Amino acid sequence: MSAAGCSLFCSLADDEREFGMADYEAARPRWCAGCGDLAVLTSMQRLLAEEQLAPERTVFVSGIGCSSRFPHYMKTYGFHGLHGRALPVATGIKLHRPELEVFVVMGDGDCISIGAGHWVHATRYNMDMVALMLDNEVYGLTKNQSSPTTPAGYATNTQPYGTYLPAMNPVEATLGITNASFVAQTAEWIPPHLYATLKAAYQHDGFAFVRILQRCPKFTGDLFQQYIQSPDMVELLEHEAGVETPALHAIYKNRRRHDPGDIDAARRLAEMDDVVRLGIFFRDESFPRYEETRSLPSFTAEERISILNEEFDRYAV
Amino acid sequence: MVTESPPLTKESPSEPSEASRNIHRTGQHTVEVVSDSGEGAQKCGQIFGTVCAKMGNGVWTVEIIPAEIEPPARLPAGASGNRIRIGTGPVTNWGDRTNLMVAFNEQVLLARHRLDALEEGAVVLLEDKWATHDDEEIRDEWKAVMEELSAFSYRIIEVPMEERCLTVVEDPRRGKNMFALGMLAWLYDLDLELVKDQIAHAFRRKSEEVYGRNVQLLELGVDWARENLDFRIEVPREPTEQDMIVMNGNQAIALGAIAAGMELAAMYPITPATSVSHHLGEVFERFGGVVHQAEDEIAAAGVAIGASYAGKVAFTITSGPGMALKTEFLGLAVMTETPLVVVNVQRGGPSTGLPTKVEQSDLLAAIFGQPGDAPHVVLAPATIEGCFHSMITARRIAETLRTVVIVLTDANLATGVQPFARPELDPAWQAPPPDLSPAPEGTRPYEWDPRTGLSRRFIPGQPGGMFTMTGLAHDELSQVAYSSDTNQRAASMRSRKVAVFQGTLKPPKVYGDASGGLLVVGWGSTRGAIEEAVDRARAEGLSVSSLHLTFLSPLEPGIREIFSRFKKVMTVEINYSDDPDAPYITEENRRRGQLAWLLRAHTLVDVGCWTRVLGEPLRPGVIQRVMRANTTEGGTS
Repeated sequence: MSAAGCSLFCSLADDEREFGMADYEAARPRWCAGCGDLAVLTSMQRLLAEEQLAPERTVFVSGIGCSSRFPHYMKTYGFHGLHGRALPVATGIKLHRPELEVFVVMGDGDCISIGAGHWVHATRYNMDMVALMLDNEVYGLTKNQSSPTTPAGYATNTQPYGTYLPAMNPVEATLGITNASFVAQTAEWIPPHLYATLKAAYQHDGFAFVRILQRCPKFTGDLFQQYIQSPDMVELLEHEAGVETPALHAIYKNRRRHDPGDIDAARRLAEMDDVVRLGIFFRDESFPRYEETRSLPSFTAEERISILNEEFDRYAV
Repeated sequence: MVTESPPLTKESPSEPSEASRNIHRTGQHTVEVVSDSGEGAQKCGQIFGTVCAKMGNGVWTVEIIPAEIEPPARLPAGASGNRIRIGTGPVTNWGDRTNLMVAFNEQVLLARHRLDALEEGAVVLLEDKWATHDDEEIRDEWKAVMEELSAFSYRIIEVPMEERCLTVVEDPRRGKNMFALGMLAWLYDLDLELVKDQIAHAFRRKSEEVYGRNVQLLELGVDWARENLDFRIEVPREPTEQDMIVMNGNQAIALGAIAAGMELAAMYPITPATSVSHHLGEVFERFGGVVHQAEDEIAAAGVAIGASYAGKVAFTITSGPGMALKTEFLGLAVMTETPLVVVNVQRGGPSTGLPTKVEQSDLLAAIFGQPGDAPHVVLAPATIEGCFHSMITARRIAETLRTVVIVLTDANLATGVQPFARPELDPAWQAPPPDLSPAPEGTRPYEWDPRTGLSRRFIPGQPGGMFTMTGLAHDELSQVAYSSDTNQRAASMRSRKVAVFQGTLKPPKVYGDASGGLLVVGWGSTRGAIEEAVDRARAEGLSVSSLHLTFLSPLEPGIREIFSRFKKVMTVEINYSDDPDAPYITEENRRRGQLAWLLRAHTLVDVGCWTRVLGEPLRPGVIQRVMRANTTEGGTS
C-alpha cells in the first residue's frame, strides 16, 4: 500500500496531529491468553503509528472467526462482516474510496475455505490493500474443527481420527493466481519478522497477501511448538528487495537469499515443505491495479443532469 | 374504401393501387416477428416498435426468447423474436393475441400457434423457401405444418424473403430481419427516415458498409410489400406535444440509477437482469460511475455494501438465483444499517427455472428471505417509467432509513419497451457527496432516535467517528451485545424506522369504482393487463375494480379499509397457487398466490387468488374471464 496520499478528503489540520500506538487502541481484546492474534494486533498498531496513518482514513475489514474480531480492537474505522466475505466488502470500499487505507484480516477458514473464491479474485484484482490471513490451522471460534490448513492426521472435533487430506498450501496457491503481486509468509511468534513483513506489505503498491502463522493455545498449541523450539526448522528468505531482519540472525541460522522478483524460484520455494519459510516470496509492483483501471472523474449533480439529458435524446420519441 | 379486416381472398400479388385502398383501420394491432435464434427478428421488432412510438403510437413490446443462445435451426422451441402491440393512445401490456406475424420458417410459426399466440384470421408473412427446399425432410415438415394450420383461419402469405435478400447479401441468415422490417414499414406506413436512424443506431459499432447493406435490405422489403401486398394497416397516431422517451425496463433501471446519483453497480451476469449492466456499462463511466462485474453474486452484494458503507449508496442487480446467494449479505446490510439498493429482475423459478420468462415468485423471498428478523423495504414498479423512478425512490429510502431496499421488476418489464413522458431531471434526486465533517463529540454510531428508530450514519474519513460496524448484535456504540436487553432494543429500533416510513406512504388508489363487487389486487408488471381487463369487464357491466400495490413491504396504508368496500377481494399474479379444485386441496392446505398470502396475513380478509406460471405475461382477455367467473350473480353492478 502506498503512503497515505492526501486526497480532497484531507484537511490541513491532519498535518498537526501526531499518533502514538495508543491512538489506535480500542476495546480490550477478548482473545484467549497466549493467542497469537495479540502479537499481530500490537505489531499492526506499531505499524500504523510508524506510518502515521490517520485513524479516520484507515479501515480494517474482517470476516468471522477469532481473528476477525481484530477491527473491534483498533481505533480506526472497522467492518466486521460475514464469514468468508471480507474481501468483497474491502473491494467495494477501495473501489468507491481509493484514498482510504484498507486492511483485511481473515482467518484460514475465512480466507481459503468459505471465502476461497474471493481470495482468488481479490488477488487478481490487485487492489492496493493489505490482506492478512491469520492461520492457526484450525477453526477456533466454532471450537476445533479441521480447516483447509490443518495438517493431515491431526485430530479435531470433526475429523477425530485425524484430518483426512493433506493441508492446502496457501502461499503456493496464491503464487499461482494471475496478477498476484505480493505474497509473503511470517509468524506471529517472531515479532521483528512479523513487523518487517507487515511494513513491506503496507508499502507495496497493490494487493499484499500475507499468511501469518499463528498459534492457537486452545486447539493447536502443539502445532507450531517445534518451530519455536528448533529455529533450524525455519528458513528466512532474505533480500534487499524483500525483508531483512539482521536482529534475528543470531537465532535463525537457516537463511536463504531469495530475490522476490523471481516468480519461478518463489513457486519452487513455496512448494517445498522441508522447513517453514518466512519472508517475501514474490513482489512486483508493475501489475495492473483494478482501482486504477476503473478510476474516473467525479461530476456535480448539474453536470450529470446535462449528460443524462444528452443520453435521453438517444431515446427521444 | 376502408375495411375492418384484411381481405382474405387475395393470395397472389396485386396492383399497388388496390392495396392503398384496402386500409384496415384499427385502434390497436399486435405484430410478431419470429425467427430462429440468431436471425435478428428481435432487432427488427425493436426497431419497428421504436419507430411506431416515435410516430405517435402507443407501444408495448415484449421479447420472445428461447432458452439457448443459438438452438438448432427450425425447432419450435427455438422461436425468437418480438411481439409489438401498437395502439392509438397508450398501450400498457402485450394484449391477447397477434394480428400479424412475420415468420422466418414454418416451425417458429407452428410454435407460436401452439402457444395460442395468434388471433383468429391473423395474417402471416411466411418465408417460402422451405416449401421447395432440396431436403425432402424439410419439404415434408413444411407440408405437415401447412396441413395442421389449414384447420385455422389464418391468412398465410408466402414471401420469397431469402430469394430477394440473396440479391444483396451472401448469408441469407443475415438480412431477412431488415427485409421483414421493410415489409412492416410499408404495411404500417412508417417514416423510412426514422427507420434508417434506428438502423444506424443499432449498427453504431459496425461499419458504414454494414449500415448501407441493411438499408438496402430494408428497401427491398418495402418494394416487395408495395408490389405484392393488397392491404395496409392504419393504427391512427396521436403525436403528443409532450416530450417522450422510449426504452425497456432494464434501460430505465440503468438510467434511473444514474438520475439517482448512484456511482457503483456491482453485478454478476444473470438473465434477465444482465442487460441493465450492459446499458450502464456503455454510459456509466461518462457519469463517473463504475459497473463492477464481481466474481460471483455474493461478492457483488458485498462490493455494493462496502461501497455504500464508504460513501454514496451503491446497488446490485440480479434475478432469483442470485437473490438466493445474496441473502446473507442482505441480512448484514439490515443489521449494520448500511443502505443498499437491490434490483431483482424476477424470472421463473425455483432454481434455474425459466431464465428468460416472466414470473412474480420472489415476493415472499424478498420480504422474508433473510434469516433472522430483517426489516427492510420492498417495492415493485408497474411500468417502464416506474422502473426509472423506482431507482430514485429506492436510493432515497435506503439512505434515509439506513436499510436495504429491494426493487422487484420482472422479465416482462425488463424487455418490455414502452414510451413515457421524458422525466424533468431534478438535482435533488441525486445523492449528495458524503458528509465527511468531524463527528460531533459524544455521538454514537447507532444513536437511535426512539421516535423514529433512525440514526446518523458515520462514513470512513469522518474524524472522531471511528467505530467498527458489525453483523453481531450490537448496542448504540456498535459494541457487541452482551446484556440481555440490548438485542431487543436494537431489533425494535430497526423495525420502528420501517413503521415510521409506512406512515409516510399514501393509501393506494382504486382503479374503477371505489366500492362494489370484485376488487382485483395486483403488483408489479401486471398492472396494464389487469386495468385493461377491468375496463373491458366494466364495459360488459361487471362490478369490478382493481388495486395495484407499489410498496409490498411495508404495505401501503388503508388497504383493509379499501377491501371492506368490496364483496370479494382476490389477487391476480404470475406465480403458483393450488387450484382450489385440484386433488387433495382444502381451504386449510391450499397454497395461495404470494400477494394473497401477504394480504391475508396483514388484513385477516379472506383474499382469494388466481395465478398462473405459464412463462408469459398475463393476457387481459384471460383476466377478464377470471373477473367474469368471480363476480356474483353474473356480475351486474
